Amino acid sequence: MYNVSNETIDRGRIDWFTAGLYLVFLFLGWLSVYAASYDLENAKSIFDLSGRAGMQLIWIGTSLMLAFALMKSDTGFFETYAFVFYVFGIILLILTLAIAPEIKGSRSWLVLGPVRLQPAEFMKFVIALALARVFNTYGFRLLERKNLLLVLAIILLPTALVIAQSETGTALVYLSLFLVLFREGMPGAVLLIGVALVLYFVLGIKFSDIPMGSFSRGEFISILLIILFSAGMVWSYMKRKEVLSFMLGIPFVIFLIALIVSFFEIEIDYGLVALIALCGVFLYILYLALRFRKRTYLLILIFMAGSFAFLESAEYMFNDVLKPHQQMRIKVTLGMERDLQGAGYHVEQSKIAIGSGGLWGKGFLNGTQTKLKYVPEQDTDFIFCTIGEEMGFIGSSIILLLYLIFILRLIYLAERQTSVFGRVYGYCVASIFIFHVMVNIGMVVGILPVIGIPLPFFSYGGSSLWGFTILLFIFLRLDKNRRV
Amino acid sequence: MEYRPDNLFQNRKFVIGGIAIAVVLLYIIQLFRLQVLSPEYRKFADSNAFFRKTLYPARGSIYDRNGRLIVFNEPTYDIMMNVREMTAGDFDTLDFCRVLDIDKMKFEQLMSDMKDRRKNPGYSSYTPQLFISQLDVREFGLLQEKLYKFPGVYIQNRTRRQYKYPNMGLILGYIAEVDKNKLDSDPYYVRGDYAGKSGIERFYEEDLRGVKGVEILLRDSKGRIQGKYNNGADDKAPQSGRDLMLGIDIDLQAYGEYLMQNKIGAIVMIEPQTGEILCMIASPSYDPSLLTGKDFGKNYLELERNPYKPLINRAVSGMYPPGSTFKPSQGAIFLQENIINIQTQFSCYHGYPPLGGRPACHGHPSPLSIVPALATSCNSFFCYGLNAMLSNREHYSSQDQAFDIWGNYLSNMGYGRRLGVDLPSEKTGFIPNNKFYNKLWKGNWNANRVISIAIGQGEILATPLQIANFAAIVANRGYYYAPHVVRQRKGVALDSLYCRRNESGIDKSVFDIIADGMANAVTSGTCRAANLGTDIQVCGKTGTAENPHGDDHSLFMAFAPKNDPKVAIAVVVENGGFGARNAVPIGRLMLQKYFRDSIPESDKWIEEQIASREILPFVYQKKAIIKAHSSIANQ
Repeated sequence: MYNVSNETIDRGRIDWFTAGLYLVFLFLGWLSVYAASYDLENAKSIFDLSGRAGMQLIWIGTSLMLAFALMKSDTGFFETYAFVFYVFGIILLILTLAIAPEIKGSRSWLVLGPVRLQPAEFMKFVIALALARVFNTYGFRLLERKNLLLVLAIILLPTALVIAQSETGTALVYLSLFLVLFREGMPGAVLLIGVALVLYFVLGIKFSDIPMGSFSRGEFISILLIILFSAGMVWSYMKRKEVLSFMLGIPFVIFLIALIVSFFEIEIDYGLVALIALCGVFLYILYLALRFRKRTYLLILIFMAGSFAFLESAEYMFNDVLKPHQQMRIKVTLGMERDLQGAGYHVEQSKIAIGSGGLWGKGFLNGTQTKLKYVPEQDTDFIFCTIGEEMGFIGSSIILLLYLIFILRLIYLAERQTSVFGRVYGYCVASIFIFHVMVNIGMVVGILPVIGIPLPFFSYGGSSLWGFTILLFIFLRLDKNRRV
Repeated sequence: MEYRPDNLFQNRKFVIGGIAIAVVLLYIIQLFRLQVLSPEYRKFADSNAFFRKTLYPARGSIYDRNGRLIVFNEPTYDIMMNVREMTAGDFDTLDFCRVLDIDKMKFEQLMSDMKDRRKNPGYSSYTPQLFISQLDVREFGLLQEKLYKFPGVYIQNRTRRQYKYPNMGLILGYIAEVDKNKLDSDPYYVRGDYAGKSGIERFYEEDLRGVKGVEILLRDSKGRIQGKYNNGADDKAPQSGRDLMLGIDIDLQAYGEYLMQNKIGAIVMIEPQTGEILCMIASPSYDPSLLTGKDFGKNYLELERNPYKPLINRAVSGMYPPGSTFKPSQGAIFLQENIINIQTQFSCYHGYPPLGGRPACHGHPSPLSIVPALATSCNSFFCYGLNAMLSNREHYSSQDQAFDIWGNYLSNMGYGRRLGVDLPSEKTGFIPNNKFYNKLWKGNWNANRVISIAIGQGEILATPLQIANFAAIVANRGYYYAPHVVRQRKGVALDSLYCRRNESGIDKSVFDIIADGMANAVTSGTCRAANLGTDIQVCGKTGTAENPHGDDHSLFMAFAPKNDPKVAIAVVVENGGFGARNAVPIGRLMLQKYFRDSIPESDKWIEEQIASREILPFVYQKKAIIKAHSSIANQ
C-alpha cells in the first residue's frame, strides 16, 4: 500500500542510469557531428565555434543547464500548468504558420534575431503534458466518448497545424502518441486496424500495375486480407467456430465455382470473384448482425466497408494527395523504382556509406563517404551514416542497443510511477523516442521511406536537442519525486 | 503489482517493449546485411561515390511535307563549374576571363547567379554547375586548348536549334531555358535545360525533347573518374527526340509570307481530305533564327516591343468578324432546316427592307434565291433568312430553341470553339447564344435586333483558321478533319483527334447548293478576280468586315477545284478594304502557286502590286509622346 502523507514522500535521487545514458548519447552525438561535418581540406578543431561541432557544444552546454534547471523545479508546476502550456503552444504554432518565412519548403521556423526556433519540436513535451493531465483526472476512462474526443483533439489539433507547416515528419511523431493510448486502454484492434491500413496501402501501391480482372493484384490480395482480418476479429471477439467456418467457407466455395467455370474456357475476372466473396461474407455478417443484434458484428461490418473504401481510395491518395517527391520516396522504398538520379540517390548513398563501414568501421574521422559529402543532410537527419561508416557494424549495433536499453528503461520508469500523470507522461516520452529512433534509422538503412526527423541527441541542431532534453528531464524530475 | 482501477492494462507494457525490441533487432539484421554480408558496398566506397553525368538527347528535327529539312541541331558547349575544385586549385580568374572574352564584373555576376539558390535550386559546390551556356565551336576551341589550366571547369555538350529557312517562326516557335515554374512543376528539367516555349516546339515538347540519359561514373576521393558504376548496368542511353513532318509546304509558306509583307493578317490553307495545314501565314512574323543562340534575349525583347506584335500568331489567335464569308454557313443552316429551299426568293432594295434598307446592299437583280444571293453577296437575303428562322414557330417552339439550333450548327462547323489545332494559344472566336443576348437585351430581343450576325458582323468573331476550316467543310460537302500542322510523328501515330472525321450535321445536297453559289461568285459575282480559268474551278466568297479599329478588313475564303477539292483557303488582311481589293488577289496568287507551282506571266503584275503594297496602320506607341508633340505644335 502506499501512503499519501507529505512527510513520507521520498525526495529520491535522479535516475542516474537514464541520466548517464543521456550523457553518453550527448558525448557520442557531439563526436558524430564533428565527424560528419569534418572537412578534409580545411579541418577545424572540435571546439571551434565557427564549426558545427563547436556550435553543437554550445547546444549541449545549454541543454545541460536546462536539464539542471528542470531538476530543481517544482513537480506540481508541470501538472498545474499543463493546459496553459498547451494553449500557449497551439497559439505559437498558429503564429509560426502565419509569420514564419519559408525555409527549405517548410514554414516552421520562428526567427528571433540570430536565433531560429522550431516550435513544433517543443510541442512534443507540451502535448505529452496535456495528455498526462487529462488522463490524471479522477475516474478518467478513455473509452467514454467525451474523453476520447478530448484526447483525440489534443493530439490531432497540433498534428494538423504542423502538417500545414509542411513538417510531415514531426506530425507523424505526434501520432506516435497513439501508442500511449494503447497502453492506457485503447482497444488493440485500433492498432491492428492501423497496421491493416498500412498493409492495404503498401500492397495497393506496390502491385497497382499488375491487373487481376477488374482490380489490380494489390487490391486482390488486400480484399482477401480484409476477409481474413474480419474472420480473425470474429474469432478473437466472438469465439464462435461455426461463424468462422462460414466466413472462410463462403469465399472458398465462390473461388471453387470460379475455378470450375474456368475449365470451360471462360475467362474469369478474379478481381471480381474476390469482390463477390467479400460481398458474400459481408452479407453473412449483416445477417448475423440483424439476427443477434450484437455491436461487435456491426463494428466488423464497418471495418470491412471502411477497409474496402480505403483500399479503393489508396491509389487516389497516393497519386493526388501526396506530393511527387513523397510518392517517389515511397516507390523507392518499396523497390518499385531505383531512381539513382533523385529520391533513390540519398538512400543509395546512405547505404553505401553504412555498408562500406564493414564489421569494425573505418575509424573516427576516416570515413570517406561522409567526408566527401556524398550523403545529404549528413550531420542532421542522416547522421547515422557517419556512425555506420566510421564505427562499423559493431559500433552502430552498440548505439542501437543503447537506444533499446534507454527506451526499455523509460518504460520501466513509466511503469513504476505511482501517479497516472507520471505514467502517461513517461509513456509519451518512450513513444516519442521509439518513433524517432525507428523512423530515422529505418530511413538511413533503407527500410522506411525518407521522412526528415532527427535522431535524438545525435542530429545537429539546437531546437531538437533542447526539445528532447526538456521532454526527458521533466520525466526524470517527476520520477525523482514519485511516491514509494 | 497490486490491482489498481486506473492501471488495468499494465500487461501492455510488454507489447510496447516488444515493439521496441523487434524494431532494434530488425535494424541490427539490416545493418548486418549491409555491413557484413554485402562486400560490394565497400567496393563502391573504395572507388568512391557516383558522378552522374547527364547525356543530352538530340532534339527531334522538323521536316516539311515534302521531306525538306527545316529545323535541325548544331552542337554547342556549356561551361560547367565545380566550385570546390575551382577554389581548391589555383584558378587564374583573369586568364579565364580573357579566354572567354568577358570582364571581371561579368565573371562575378555569373558566379553569383550560379550560386543563388533562388535562381538555381540545385546548386551545390560539390557538383559541376552551369556557368555559361551555348559557346559555339570557335569559342569552345579557344577554351579547350587551355582547359587543363582551369581546375573544376567542365564542358557539357549540348545542341542548339538551327533553321534552314527564315520562315514560319510563329508556327515553329522557339525553345528557351526553362524557368523556375517549369523546374518546380516538371522533375524532368534541371537548370540550364531547354524547352519549347511556343508553337510546335511547345506543343510537341514531349515528342521533340527525347529522354535524357545518364552515365553513372565512379570517382575516387580526389574526384578523379574511375570508371562506370556497376559496369554501366544502371546507365541509361539518351533517346533522341522524335522527328516531326509538317503538313506545311515550305515553298507555299514562304510565298505567302512574301505576299503578306508589310501587311497585317493571315493566310491559312488546308487540305480538306486530311485536315493537314498546307501553309499558315500570320503577318507580321519573324525569322526563327533570331530566337536562338546568344542574342536570344536582345532579339526577343525587340520583337516583344514591336507595336505590330510579331509574336502573336494571328492565324489561330486573331479574332475577326468573318463578314460575308459567314454567309455560306447561314445559307447552309437555312437550307438544312427547311427555312428556305433552292427556289425561295427574298427581295432586296439596296438593303434589308424591314429595317429601312439596313444593312445596306449593292445593286443586283431582286428578288433572288440562294445561289445568286451567294454570288452577289446579298445582305438582305441572309437577314430575311435569319429572321424567318428565329420567328418560325412551326419548326421551333420558341426563339430560344431556334437560336440554340442555329448555334449548334455553327459549333459543329467549328465556329465559336477551339478546333484543337496542334499549336498553343488557339482562340475560340465568338458565336453569341441565348444567354448572351438575353443578358445584353434584358430578355427582349428578336432577329431584327441582332440581324447583323446573319452577315458575319455584330458580335460574331472567327479566327482565320476557323474560316479556312469552314471552306474545307464546304469542299468536303459536310465534314472536316481537325486542322493540324504536324502530319507525322516519327514512330508513333498522330493524336486520334486528327484522324477522326467530324460531321457538321448538314447534308451533302445542301453543300452542293452552297458550292454552286460560291462557284458563281467566282465566275460572275464578287470574286471574279479569283477565277483561275476553266481547268481549275474555284469556289470562293469574299468578305468585307467592318471593325471599330479603322478601315474594313479584307477577307476571302475559297476552295478548289469545285468537284474534287484539293485545297481550302482563308485570307484576312487587316484594314485591307473590300475583300476583292486585297484578300482575293492574294488568294488567287496562293491558289496559282499551289496548283501551278509558279505564277503565270499573266499574273505577274498582280504579284508585283500586292507584294509592294503596304497596309500598316499607324500605331501610337506611347500616347504621352503624342501629347507632348501636340502641345509643342500648339505653341
